[in-house]
Amino acid sequence: MEVQEEKPIIYTMENKPIVTCAGDQGLFTSLYTSLAQQLPREPMEWRRTYGRAPKMIHLEANFVQFKEDLLPKEGNKALLTFPFLHIYWTDCCDTEVYKSTVKEDMMRWQNSLRSHSSPDWVIIVVETNDTKKKNKTNILPRSSIVDKIRSDFCNKQNDRCVVLSDPLKDSSRSQESWNSLLLKLRTLLLMSFTKNLGRFEDDMRTLREKRTQPGWSFCEYFMVQEELAFVFEMLQQFEDALVQYDELDALFTQYVLNFGAGDTANWLGSFCAPVRNWSGLLLRRPIDMEKRDGIQRGEASLLDLRSYLFSRQCTLLIFLQRPWEVTQRALDLLHNCVQELRLLEVSVLEGALDCWVFLSCLEVLHRIEGCCDQAQLASNCSHTVGLWAYATDKLKSLGELCGLVSEKGPTSEDLNRTVDLLAGLGDERPETVSSLQSPYKKLKEALSSVEAFERHYLELSHAAMEMYTAIGRLRSARLVGKSLAEFYMRKGDPERAETLLQEALKSYVSEGWSLPVTHTRKQIAECQKLLGRTEDYLQTSALLAGDVNLTTEERKHFCQELLTFAAKSGAPKVTLSMGVFAQLTRLQFHPATASVHSGAVLQVELTLRCLMPVSVHIQQVAASIHFDVDHGGTHGRSKSTQRHRNPATVEFIQANLSAGPPSSSAAGPSLEMDEIQDRSPSDNSLNSTGVVCKNTHLLMRRHDSSSPPDTPNCFSPPAVAMKEGAQMLKVQDVTLEPGNNSITFTAPSGQPGTYTLRQLCAIVGQVQLVLPHIYPSVQYEVYSQEPQLTVEPLSEPLLAGLPQMVKFTLLTGHYAVKKGDALQLSNTDTMPILPSTSCTARITDPTAESVSESVLFIQSSEKVTSISLPPTPPYHTLEFQLEVLCIIPSGTDRPANERLTNGEIRHRPRSYSHPDTPMTAIDQRMSIDCPWSIYSTLLALTFYIPFKTKHSLLSAGNRKYIQVCVHNVSDVNFTLAEMRLSEKPLASLELQSLNAKTQQLLCSKHSVFCLWEVRWKDDLPSCLQCVFSANFSPLKQDVSSFKPFHYQFQFERVTTLYSVRAEILPPAGEQHCRSGFLCGLEVCITRLTEPAEGELAEESKTDTDGPKTTKLMYEVADSSSNWAVCGKSSGMVSMPITANATHKVQIEVMPLFAGHLPFPKIQVLKYLPHTAAVAIQPDPDSCVENDSLSLLDKTLDDQADTASIRSRGSVHSVGSGDQQQKGVAMPRLEPFSPGQVFNHSHARQVLVLPSTDDHIMEMYSTSKLLNVPVSTTGTIGVVQEPRTAHRELQKDLELAAYGTGRNEGRMNGEMYRDILDKNLLPSTRMLKMRRGWTFQQDKDPKHIVKETESK
Amino acid sequence: MAVCIAVIAKENYPLYIRSVPTQNELKFHYTVHTSLDVVEEKISAVGKSLGDQRELYLGLLYPTEDYKVYGYVTNSKVKFVIVVDSSNTSLRDNEIRSMFRKLHNSFTDVMCNPFHNPGDTIQSKAFDGIVSAMMVQTG
Repeated sequence: MEVQEEKPIIYTMENKPIVTCAGDQGLFTSLYTSLAQQLPREPMEWRRTYGRAPKMIHLEANFVQFKEDLLPKEGNKALLTFPFLHIYWTDCCDTEVYKSTVKEDMMRWQNSLRSHSSPDWVIIVVETNDTKKKNKTNILPRSSIVDKIRSDFCNKQNDRCVVLSDPLKDSSRSQESWNSLLLKLRTLLLMSFTKNLGRFEDDMRTLREKRTQPGWSFCEYFMVQEELAFVFEMLQQFEDALVQYDELDALFTQYVLNFGAGDTANWLGSFCAPVRNWSGLLLRRPIDMEKRDGIQRGEASLLDLRSYLFSRQCTLLIFLQRPWEVTQRALDLLHNCVQELRLLEVSVLEGALDCWVFLSCLEVLHRIEGCCDQAQLASNCSHTVGLWAYATDKLKSLGELCGLVSEKGPTSEDLNRTVDLLAGLGDERPETVSSLQSPYKKLKEALSSVEAFERHYLELSHAAMEMYTAIGRLRSARLVGKSLAEFYMRKGDPERAETLLQEALKSYVSEGWSLPVTHTRKQIAECQKLLGRTEDYLQTSALLAGDVNLTTEERKHFCQELLTFAAKSGAPKVTLSMGVFAQLTRLQFHPATASVHSGAVLQVELTLRCLMPVSVHIQQVAASIHFDVDHGGTHGRSKSTQRHRNPATVEFIQANLSAGPPSSSAAGPSLEMDEIQDRSPSDNSLNSTGVVCKNTHLLMRRHDSSSPPDTPNCFSPPAVAMKEGAQMLKVQDVTLEPGNNSITFTAPSGQPGTYTLRQLCAIVGQVQLVLPHIYPSVQYEVYSQEPQLTVEPLSEPLLAGLPQMVKFTLLTGHYAVKKGDALQLSNTDTMPILPSTSCTARITDPTAESVSESVLFIQSSEKVTSISLPPTPPYHTLEFQLEVLCIIPSGTDRPANERLTNGEIRHRPRSYSHPDTPMTAIDQRMSIDCPWSIYSTLLALTFYIPFKTKHSLLSAGNRKYIQVCVHNVSDVNFTLAEMRLSEKPLASLELQSLNAKTQQLLCSKHSVFCLWEVRWKDDLPSCLQCVFSANFSPLKQDVSSFKPFHYQFQFERVTTLYSVRAEILPPAGEQHCRSGFLCGLEVCITRLTEPAEGELAEESKTDTDGPKTTKLMYEVADSSSNWAVCGKSSGMVSMPITANATHKVQIEVMPLFAGHLPFPKIQVLKYLPHTAAVAIQPDPDSCVENDSLSLLDKTLDDQADTASIRSRGSVHSVGSGDQQQKGVAMPRLEPFSPGQVFNHSHARQVLVLPSTDDHIMEMYSTSKLLNVPVSTTGTIGVVQEPRTAHRELQKDLELAAYGTGRNEGRMNGEMYRDILDKNLLPSTRMLKMRRGWTFQQDKDPKHIVKETESK
Repeated sequence: MAVCIAVIAKENYPLYIRSVPTQNELKFHYTVHTSLDVVEEKISAVGKSLGDQRELYLGLLYPTEDYKVYGYVTNSKVKFVIVVDSSNTSLRDNEIRSMFRKLHNSFTDVMCNPFHNPGDTIQSKAFDGIVSAMMVQTG
């Protein structure tokens, strides 16, 4: 009772669980110190109810003397003063004494405990060594005292009596007993805690459940739960204590929320009372008893309750070493309180809350500073900075409220308000009176004077900014800075404000926050205006005028600011970046190639998007140009087009202003790639090629600094100096309307070279708007071109021999054709220029628009043709057409090289066959002297000869005919007229035309044949030189257009020397030949003429004596395989060179088919023996064989047929003896010229009757085709591959004979084999059978047997 | 519910920002911009520890007296910020989460639009509708 009456200030830290001591006080006092020391030494595990985690705790106790008063009365919930354990101490060792006094005392003690239902007691019996020693014999009785006590008091709980032996001795035994005692005590204490706290908690819970009942009061409950918190704190279970407070906090918060939702509780009435005291948090005391009492009495305001709760939480958190949570919670609390007051609609003096928040923030910060060192603080800025900023914010609003920020100072009204606010602060707490930096003092000071306020505010702001910067929250720092800037502005210090604002602006711009940018920029504009920084102000104004976030009025205002300045005369010139004023969106060249010849007109059209809200008149727009001379000299047009083409239209991707979404600036400029090719200067071959990035400087810059490249003009205009280029594009007096405007410049194009547009500048009065770089770079090219003359056919192909139109094109280039200038064409014989009167020249300008037409004046002299050109301006095209004629070269003979008029060697028209067309082409060169050059221009034209002409000599006996074939190879149809043939030396020959028509249509790809008979009187000259001439013209043209065509040719040795007659004699007794039967062929060679001079001379070398003879070789060949020559097919005859000398040869041939067969071909060749005499061969036969072999090798292809069949029979030759004697190693064969030998048998036919039986067998081998016609009457055929074929053939023939069942006939199998062995095989070997030859007979298909035999 | 909803690109420029009391738009711009500080702080803190498997929802970025600012970061570092009035105590964390999820879904739809140029500001009716729905439910 005393304790409660005295109302002691309970310092929780010093509170310990109370343990009462009864019995022998003297004994207890002697043991107290060691007991108090040793009890907390070892931790004890505390098992908790409700599944809470067990904890190790160090127990301490406050030992007090047992008094009856200490025992709690019914209903007293106080837990702090609750005695948790009662101890009875005794060292009684005498049974008598025990029985007389101690027992009684214990009984009394027990009774009083029982009456208060306090089961937590223990009896400690102390045994001392001394007594033990004294009464060694009485051990039993002594122990029996303990037993007695046990039996008397602890019937059921034996452990309630503990023996402590020798407590004051330092022996192991005493230590042991101490330990067991302490253990027992701890256990019992914990048991007591568990039991009592559990009961308390249950009670508390019950109380809490009643909270919906009307009479329930939060304050009462608060006290109860706080008691529990205190006990936990006493037990150093701060965590649990904090939980209690948090629960209370949450409960209260919930009530407030419910209240907000309309659920009112009576007890909340006190909290809704108007706030009269806003003295802030008080965290220096562990327990703010004033507030606690207030709560207990139910008089506390919401702020009081919150403050008290927070101070308790703060204390516990600091115990828990979690100071950073304090800051976190503090911020939450402050925000929350403000909200709650608002929610509860508590009336608060304006600014009072700000005061409270400000004080609280500082108090928390002070408290934290108090328990942490500087390093810790610095590293945990992030936790405290919020409070700093909050405090700054609040101070600022307080300052504004109290009129401390305005330039004029506070008004009386403001002062009144200040006084009211200060009143609510109350007196300073005793704890902080001594401290100079207390939050209370700070606030009071700040509110008392403008200067002090400024000082404090700046201090706070800077602290907050520094901290934000330190932890990398730059944006927050900027925001604080911005609000500081606003403060400066109010204080009339625009200079400082501007720096801060610029900094903030930079971050907004770089991140593209348009609204803050606009807002900040507006503030900057204000600053700059105040500061009188004209240039900056105008720049900012321009930016703002183009800012779409502003209203039109604002924009107009800023625009007007700009224009007003511009209109001011005498003011210094100001250069601004153009980007803020207008944007260059497009640039277009006219003409679109962006490449003109020097002196031509090039227009550049700029599209400027004006950002101003009103139309602006601009005095001058100028673009400076950088000029690069083309080092390559002057380029022809073809070369300049090869080079990099300048784009006609350049679209400028908008480097968007800060106002717009910065999507493109964030993405960065796109890569600009370009191809480069390095060519070797000598032969233009490619050395290397690659890709270059043209805008690396931009890309790299972006990586270096994170700010986009186009932003600098937004806050600090770069040095936009207008470079005074030598050349400028200028336009005067332009009015730019809002939106897109088009401005057209005329670009200079004087010198050839590359012109690059560098800068753009617009002048508005005193203001110069400069676009420092036009990017991507814009270029145009001015080139200079040499005059060029080209001659090309009007239509392909040019036909020789006919007048053809040729187009002359003259690109004047830089040369202006003057009056009197003429082209001098050297005349050539082969290609005369046909004069025409109506030759007009057309002049066109570079855009291919016709300018004028004029008649050309052409003057032809003997050597030159002069074409007077009309005056033509430079870079125009002059076109005219001329008719030329290329004369078809008639023959092969050409005049020797001759010099042209200009002294150059004439280039002879060369004719050659063009690969593309079947026509023969002629390259015709022209040499033209041009007025602009001292050199002649050489040009080539290709003409094509439309005809191909062939000639041939035909003979009939002695009569001769000449045939000329004209083949039209062109695509044009012609009329051919007046075909004539004339002999050149004009001998006595008569050429009689056998051509019926005089005019002949000669269609494309068709031929015309003409024939003449040659007649002569005396003697036919051995050599005939003829000229075929005709006139031709394209079809459907009048006679005048006929052009001559000549063809020269020559025949040699035209006289018929020999006539060959052949006769086929059927076999004896037969009237007609039969196929398969041998018959005779009689060849009769007759010399027709007397020897000519040349012939004799030729022959006389070999045979000087006797009659002149010449050696001829005949050959019987049958290319159509109708005949098989049996026996020697060729032979030598020796002919005397006299007229009518005759030689007859008989050969056996066998017709292979029936029907009218053409005669075998008989060929007569001149045999020229070697001039040198060679030793006579011993064997004449082999010699002949050798001869023929060597001959055969030479003419293998032609004479394979004849040579393949070796003669078996004899050669019937008249002059055989001569042949035998002839022994020349390397004789030659020479064919006669056409017409020298006339063959009568040519085209003769003989009737061959079919034999009685014909069998044909075709056989196929899988590997090689073996096509064997078998006829019982005669012949064999096909050999594909010599050796195997032979074997198989043999076999097959037998098979065939057997298969047909016919073995009779005149030629049986044996005979076949014979032929094969002796004839076929050697000859095939001989010929090496390069070319398989087929002998097939298809007369009677019934007899054809096909058999496929696998090998 | 929400008083301001903002979508901020990876490069920290606003893709979309809308607030309910339009007269206070500027303030919200400032608030959202400042909140990026905390977003970045949180991203870098999380990035160190967990790598890829990070929670997109960043929770309460910071409270002010009047508003609570919540953040959310997509895997492509696009930030969503929702500002809620402090007096609105009925909003639980889960609700904020689901708002963000909805927002994210809608944002994904916008990004899937083949005609949308990534990096441009969002001008989608559907997205607008979702945002409006979140703001209207003020109750």
